[in-house]
Amino acid sequence: MIGLSHYLIVSALLFSIGLMGVLRRRNLLMLFFATEVMLNAVNVAFAAISHFYNDLTGQMFAFFIIAIAASEVAVGLGILIVLYKKHGSLDLDDLASMKG
Amino acid sequence: MYETIAFYLFSALTIGLFLITVMSKNVLYAMTSLAAGMVLISGFFFILGADFLGVVQLIVYVGAVMALYSFAMMFFDATKDIKEKNTNPALIFVLGGLSALALVLMFAAPIYNKSIQALYPMHKGVGNAQDVGIVLFTKYLVPFEVAAVMLLVAMIAGIILAGKKMDQSLTKDTSVDDDEILTQKDAK
Repeated sequence: MIGLSHYLIVSALLFSIGLMGVLRRRNLLMLFFATEVMLNAVNVAFAAISHFYNDLTGQMFAFFIIAIAASEVAVGLGILIVLYKKHGSLDLDDLASMKG
Repeated sequence: MYETIAFYLFSALTIGLFLITVMSKNVLYAMTSLAAGMVLISGFFFILGADFLGVVQLIVYVGAVMALYSFAMMFFDATKDIKEKNTNPALIFVLGGLSALALVLMFAAPIYNKSIQALYPMHKGVGNAQDVGIVLFTKYLVPFEVAAVMLLVAMIAGIILAGKKMDQSLTKDTSVDDDEILTQKDAK
């Protein structure tokens, strides 16, 4: 039988995949994808806790996370387009303007 | 029984697809596998009885966010592979895994507390959408309105950021005329 810990383990695995992507990626668009992976992993955990504790609060938080993710994508992609117009590249190493 | 099969199938597929998203060199492959993984994540929500959340996940994530990404990809050169300078992948695997584990333990520890109790319990015989609607429009009305204002602000920001100099092409050099580009191609 599938319990709460099964869902939490899957969610933790997905979250660590996303975090690995954030650490590993140098391209800004790919960094956005990794962020989406992390947000989805957290949503799975919220829905599982909401189901197993018979409580709607988890689902409410998942809704607000989805709203925040949507607005983050809208603003973030606008910034990416401006950056691409200015530098012609989305690589973080090319964008570094303060060399230490 | 079916729930078990569905759970293991969905978890294996989502982990595989998100691994492709994180590891792939091609933006198009990464985006497609991310969209497929999000569809399967909504499958998790349907198993868990959160029907409305699953539908919202399908509409907002797979519909709106992925369409936004694919529109944005038209501004960038998406067909060529991304060259990234990676510093010691083994170190990043270990660091990422360890820090994710620490974060998950920190945030999952209160869940195993026995004194936890339902704040807004679900009702028997009432559909998930009705239940969500009642709680959302009574207990969470102010955050709901704030989220609406936030989405409006994000929309305006997106239009203003991306809409500037829309008449100029990003990939084409504007100092050279179209005819000159054509003659250059002919010369080659």
